[in-house]
Amino acid sequence: MSFLDISQVSKSFGGPPVVDQVSLAVSRGEFFSLLGPSGCGKTTLLRMIAGFETPDSGTISIEGEDMTGVPPHRRPTNMVFQSYAIFPHLNVFDNVAYGLRKLKLPKESLRAKIEAMLATVRLEGLGGRAADQLSGGQRQRVALARALVREPKILLLDEPLGALDKRLRETMQIELRALQRKVGITFVLVTHDQEEALSLSDRVAVMESGKILQLAAPRELYDRPTSRAVADFIGEINFFHASVREMDFEKVMVNAGLLGIVALPRTNVAAGIKSGDHILLAIRPEHVRFSVDGLAGEIVAATFLGERSHFHVRIAGRSEPVAVSGSAPPSGPVHLAFPPEKLMALPTGD
Amino acid sequence: MKQRGGNSSEGYSLLAPALLIMGLALAAPLLLMAITSLKSQSGVFLSQGWTLAQFGEVLGRASYRSLFLRSVLISGAVTLVTVALAYPMAYFVAFHARRKFFWLVALTIPFWTSYLLRVFAWKIILGFNGVINSGLLRLHLIDQPLEFLLYNPFAVVVTLAHAWAAFAILPIYVSLEKIDRSLLEAASDLGDSALRRFLRVTLPLSMPGVIGAAILIFVPTTGDFVTPELVGGTKGTMIANMIEVQFNAAGNWPLGAALSLIGMAMVGVIAVLFVASARAATRAAR
Amino acid sequence: MKNRALLLYACGYLAFLYLPVLVLPIFSFNNSQFIAFPLSGFTTRWYAAMAADTAMLHALGNSLKVATVTALLSTMLGLSAAKAVTHYRLKGAGAALGFISLPLFIPDIVLGISLLLLLGTTGLPLSLAAVVLGHMLVCVPFALTVLIARFEGFDRNLEEASADLGESGWMTFWRVTFPLMLPGIVASLLLTFITSFDEFLVAYFLSGTEATLPIYIWGQLRFPERLPMVLALGALILTVSVGLVVLAEYVRNLGVKKPMVGA
Repeated sequence: MSFLDISQVSKSFGGPPVVDQVSLAVSRGEFFSLLGPSGCGKTTLLRMIAGFETPDSGTISIEGEDMTGVPPHRRPTNMVFQSYAIFPHLNVFDNVAYGLRKLKLPKESLRAKIEAMLATVRLEGLGGRAADQLSGGQRQRVALARALVREPKILLLDEPLGALDKRLRETMQIELRALQRKVGITFVLVTHDQEEALSLSDRVAVMESGKILQLAAPRELYDRPTSRAVADFIGEINFFHASVREMDFEKVMVNAGLLGIVALPRTNVAAGIKSGDHILLAIRPEHVRFSVDGLAGEIVAATFLGERSHFHVRIAGRSEPVAVSGSAPPSGPVHLAFPPEKLMALPTGD
Repeated sequence: MKQRGGNSSEGYSLLAPALLIMGLALAAPLLLMAITSLKSQSGVFLSQGWTLAQFGEVLGRASYRSLFLRSVLISGAVTLVTVALAYPMAYFVAFHARRKFFWLVALTIPFWTSYLLRVFAWKIILGFNGVINSGLLRLHLIDQPLEFLLYNPFAVVVTLAHAWAAFAILPIYVSLEKIDRSLLEAASDLGDSALRRFLRVTLPLSMPGVIGAAILIFVPTTGDFVTPELVGGTKGTMIANMIEVQFNAAGNWPLGAALSLIGMAMVGVIAVLFVASARAATRAAR
Repeated sequence: MKNRALLLYACGYLAFLYLPVLVLPIFSFNNSQFIAFPLSGFTTRWYAAMAADTAMLHALGNSLKVATVTALLSTMLGLSAAKAVTHYRLKGAGAALGFISLPLFIPDIVLGISLLLLLGTTGLPLSLAAVVLGHMLVCVPFALTVLIARFEGFDRNLEEASADLGESGWMTFWRVTFPLMLPGIVASLLLTFITSFDEFLVAYFLSGTEATLPIYIWGQLRFPERLPMVLALGALILTVSVGLVVLAEYVRNLGVKKPMVGA
């Protein structure tokens, strides 16, 4: 039995389901992310865990206890809202202490507890600051402190870094990860930013249209996506149309059009693909290599990104340029090589 | 993250009390007024049957027609004067004032005071022995008190223009404030002088506010009672004064109701025509 | 250069706006029966005479009663309607709001006489209660405007956050919703109070034998010898109104970033 159990949960708001028969299990102490584009149902799912929405069907259990019918204020979860929801009429101290009222702690221990939490989120000394005098990053940390000081079993985060600028976001991502490790609480994070999900999480559930497309650790999602949608959503990728000629236990022969006949390791092929199927061959830009032979092409765009550069290479027979990422190519005519062990075979998805 | 389409029935039940009271206090009475206008007064009671006699009376009598005309003309004058005077004031606050909040509050405070008292104040200012006359006499700027100040349409226009100033300033200010400053910079950049810029960019873009202000002032002033009654004299009476007479001294409620309905209809039609033609003119001027 | 001319105009305009308002206090201290220049010396006898006038005091009492009840009822109705419209997606909310705001566009005299007709038809007496009803017509839209603005600036997440942090519905209301709404409620009470207190025409038609203060003043206007006392009364009313409005404006903007003030 896992820590957070979501079983066949569905929810609709009067139209097609926003969350469609979703099941997943989160372990204690895990940093888990729900990743997907807007409208995929991830936020609704999060709110159902928190208790702000009720599932139409299915159950949500925390440590074995069924949460059906339990209102938000009685759940062992706490949420960091996208807008942070800092109480404007209270200062930082009172905001963070808000949820501890019921404990009726003596003044001294309350103060100690709050100060300790403020230090943990690096807001020491700001207890007296008024809510409207905080920067975006500070408000985010107040929201975190306020939720964490209640020592919830699960911390829910709804796009917590969306409102911050890039630099701050990156810093906060590192802090968030460190914080989670330090307090050891289970985090469930919702985001549309795949870089964020991949860098923070132990496991990620990629969602689309109310369903989970793939649930795996970040490395696996990146290297072995099981569908076109997941491959496309995570990082950048090149697709080629192809078809399967024959398969055995070790390798698969693929007729890859422009790329010729290639032999892929069986492990690079998504489940459910059989001989004769039309498939998509996918390869990440950083795995496409410039070489002396291979498909001839012409660089049509180059972007310098510091340690590596990003190129668009047009090849004959294909309207869309191939994305290549790496260091500068040799001068002169350009040839692209596609190492078969880096090619992935995915279902076409229709 | 606004409302989640929550429990709509809860929402309707919250809205219900206000709607109920307003329905009771507004819709039913107006309906009654419409009904009353279709009756006639016989002694203390209303007649049994229906009749259009009141409407015929109102539209047929020259004195009533000229009363309506005068009311419309006075309101028209008030609207023009108020809007024209308010525009530069609104312009100042929108473009040149540093403490806008202070100006806006300062401009609206007088209008939260009793309307009756303000009209009364104008009465003593404009009077034959009033503040202006006695002041001018004392300063030896005139020999005789000015007669034209009070108890005529002029007094009505001045008093109403003062009373409704805020209703002109605020809408015009809002529409001026909304103008993207970079548009003006672009106009400058393309060669326009300050005056041209105003005529070609600012003024047209502020038109919605001006039109809104005009309607906001014209419609209610036609139905004003207190000002014509206190400062209008016999030459400056308006529709509302006649309506009041029918409900008090003359005791002809159906006639009063008919006067009200025709008055409102007339004003409504004029307002609609005005807005339509103003919109057309603005579009044509592009 | 253009700025200087505009500034002068603005100050002149402001002077024009305040002129009548200032005339009242100035001449209320003037030791003369006549409201004219030259000024005849300072006196407070008009104030004393006014304070002794029992009819005036009775009318004042009536006005206070009516205004208080109107303020409370209008604010309550406005509160529930504002919450309904901002918290729930209601079909026809726009039409409902338009209907509720209709009295602002109908001349007072029409409001007065149509309510008179209602009372006549239903046989209910002319009274202060009728005046309250009439005043609510005008005050509820005001209350609504203030309260809707307050609700719309209110982050819905705040109530959810409070629930998330362990507070039940009632405690959430008490600790979060109410404190944040309070400035709006107070502002609404003050504005509706002043509106009702100063309202003349509808009260004139509906009050029957009991006079409100504006009706009392109206009655005095035909007696020239009473005018200075009316001035004294008027000056006092003006001062109080201005004070209340400034207070309402200050309270309304508590905890809210300065609204609609330039880029």
